[in-house]
Amino acid sequence: MKPRNLAILLTTGLAFTATACGSGTGSDAGGDTTITVACQPAKTAPKLRKAWTDDVATFEKAHPGVKVKSTDQQPCFDPKTFAAKLAGGQMETVFVVPVTNYADVIAKKQAKDITSSVGLVKNYKDIKQDVRDMVAENGKVYGIPNVSYTVGLVYNRALFTKAGLDPDSPPRTWDEVRAAAKKIADLGDGYVGYGEYGGGNTGGWHFAQALFSRGGEMVQGGKPAFNSPEGKAVLQTLHDMRWEDHSTGSKVLIGWESLMQQMAAGKTGMMLGAPDVVSDVIQKFQGKPEDYGITGIPDGKASLTGGEAYMINPKASAAQTKAALQWIDFEFNTPGKGRFDFARGKANGEAVGVPNNDYMGDSATGKALAEQRKANAALPVANYEPYVTGAAGIAPRLEPAKAQELYAVLDVAMSAVLTRESADVDQLLADAESKANSILARS
Amino acid sequence: METLTLEPLEQRLAPRRGRPPSKRRRATRRNLTSYGFLCAALFCFAMFAWWPIIKEVLLSFQQTNLVDKPSWVGLENFRTVMDDPAFGQAWRNTLVFTLLALVCGYVVPFAVAIVLNELRHARAYLRFVVYLPVMLPPIVSVLLFRWFYDPGPGLFNQALDSVGLPGLSWLDSTSTALISLVIVSTWMNLGSGVLIYLAALQNIPGDLYEAAELDGAGILKRIRHVTIPQTRLILMLMLMLQLVATMQVFIEPYMLTGGGPENATVTVVYLMYQYAFVYGGNYGAGSALGLMLMIVLLAVAAVQLRLTREEK
Repeated sequence: MKPRNLAILLTTGLAFTATACGSGTGSDAGGDTTITVACQPAKTAPKLRKAWTDDVATFEKAHPGVKVKSTDQQPCFDPKTFAAKLAGGQMETVFVVPVTNYADVIAKKQAKDITSSVGLVKNYKDIKQDVRDMVAENGKVYGIPNVSYTVGLVYNRALFTKAGLDPDSPPRTWDEVRAAAKKIADLGDGYVGYGEYGGGNTGGWHFAQALFSRGGEMVQGGKPAFNSPEGKAVLQTLHDMRWEDHSTGSKVLIGWESLMQQMAAGKTGMMLGAPDVVSDVIQKFQGKPEDYGITGIPDGKASLTGGEAYMINPKASAAQTKAALQWIDFEFNTPGKGRFDFARGKANGEAVGVPNNDYMGDSATGKALAEQRKANAALPVANYEPYVTGAAGIAPRLEPAKAQELYAVLDVAMSAVLTRESADVDQLLADAESKANSILARS
Repeated sequence: METLTLEPLEQRLAPRRGRPPSKRRRATRRNLTSYGFLCAALFCFAMFAWWPIIKEVLLSFQQTNLVDKPSWVGLENFRTVMDDPAFGQAWRNTLVFTLLALVCGYVVPFAVAIVLNELRHARAYLRFVVYLPVMLPPIVSVLLFRWFYDPGPGLFNQALDSVGLPGLSWLDSTSTALISLVIVSTWMNLGSGVLIYLAALQNIPGDLYEAAELDGAGILKRIRHVTIPQTRLILMLMLMLQLVATMQVFIEPYMLTGGGPENATVTVVYLMYQYAFVYGGNYGAGSALGLMLMIVLLAVAAVQLRLTREEK
């Protein structure tokens, strides 16, 4: 090609590139309604992906005129790209949002008001009221809850046995956790009784979990409330476990997956975590299924709630919104169909049996789901019974306002007690309170 | 003086129709290809460098959710980040990191380049070995160091243990975390610096060293009076590039320490990331921090340019 032609081609190509902006919200062109849906399983999970593709085909057959395009970005929701995708017209018609981001997405009007259409999800009213309320504001509904759970205590049953502890009677209080952790750490070099995070905002996040379990509060009346006897107990216990009992290991962990990896390696006794941690330890990090169990959070005064909801792109048309809610109904909310086809899930090697979703509670749909999950369990469900019975009566707590900024502040206190023997708990909490005051004052 | 420009042969031999094209039109036609390439390059710069910079400046005075129209908030974003308890610490850490990274990342590659330049055997092999870390993706290098620094089975503590020394906490202590990041950064970037310095060293005429040797100069004097003056321009350029790069340190604290322990490794760019992507998408505050950093870097560059000119 001649240099001149090449130059013209380059310039023209770039101009076209800049102007070519696809729309992620689908379209209503030609009489068909096209919607894009997030969370298609990755190519690395061919069986799950095929199951999804089959579901799409079944749904399209049942809803003539609706076309479903799937996206497989992993993770489904990424706060780093969320706003940019929405602004760039690349956001799917149906996208998932974790509970930590509900308030932010709703406040920023990044989800559509679907109050008048929620009836399209047939079992909507069977979803627990408090879970539904999390995605509602001023009487308007902005999402369909998809998952809900509270944090518990994940533990390694094999290590419990090895340390002379009874795996069927896991710790119920923080004192019992400390005693059990010491016994496990005493097994020898490399054994960690109780694993904990110390940075990357996960430290502050786990501080909040432990605080709620002891009956403390993060924020009350717009002011920080963690500089309390409960807050001091959280840090002091951790400090003593680290420096007196040597039961927390010497490595400071950051990032959500780091502790699960350590847990799956088989030398860590306990960690705070929701049931999905059990699934990940077993499936993602290859832990032995029979080794892991979960129980309610120690002390059990309250527990941080987790979960996710599906929301609709605010730019979606009425027809797309209708099709989107029909998809949510079919794929995520119908016993025996879509993700609740437990028999298919078991055949595909999914971690069926972990009680990782209690969003329907004791409603008729909730009971049907629990029965079907148990009937098709691929994992030792008895290992999760302490959680099912223990977590049921524990009050759920939502994350506080400005959660991530507060977690960053509390990371400092958590990392201090885990890395410095001379750490002064009172001083650390006073410093964190002063910093939190300015953060909350800004909001 | 006017230069004579010859047209291509076929153009000169071709029959002329109508009025001959003007001088300007001929020049335009002749340069059309260059303009085409220039336009493409300018377009890329405008799209991917200048526009984002302008957008960042605008965003630092706005509040936006990237969906609705942004609203102007004056200096509110700057107040937000300056009130942040980690703000002062982030700047202190960034400056200390930059200083340490300059001491290590500037002097060490130069010294290694001088040694490599003096070697007579295995030069190509050693250059390859020194350059190898640059070929690793940064994320791989950082993960490698995560294992090196592990307080239990990590390479460094195992090495210390094998010679009877106690292990260090490396990333898990406020006193060693930042210097641990500097070591990672120096290791990752050593190869590029060495190659550039080597190229500069090889351009120094050998007779200068011979003359210095005849005058009785030892190795240190030869470095001081021949090597450094002869590579001064490259040294200044590298100083500038190092300053700009190290002040933007992000990947090391993000991957290795999460800013901890006790904020000991929070840097300005790490804090910027926290605002934009962790603290609920506060792009305005993140941009305000970015603008502050840009102004500091521009000031540093201006001072350095001035000093360089004065030296000339």
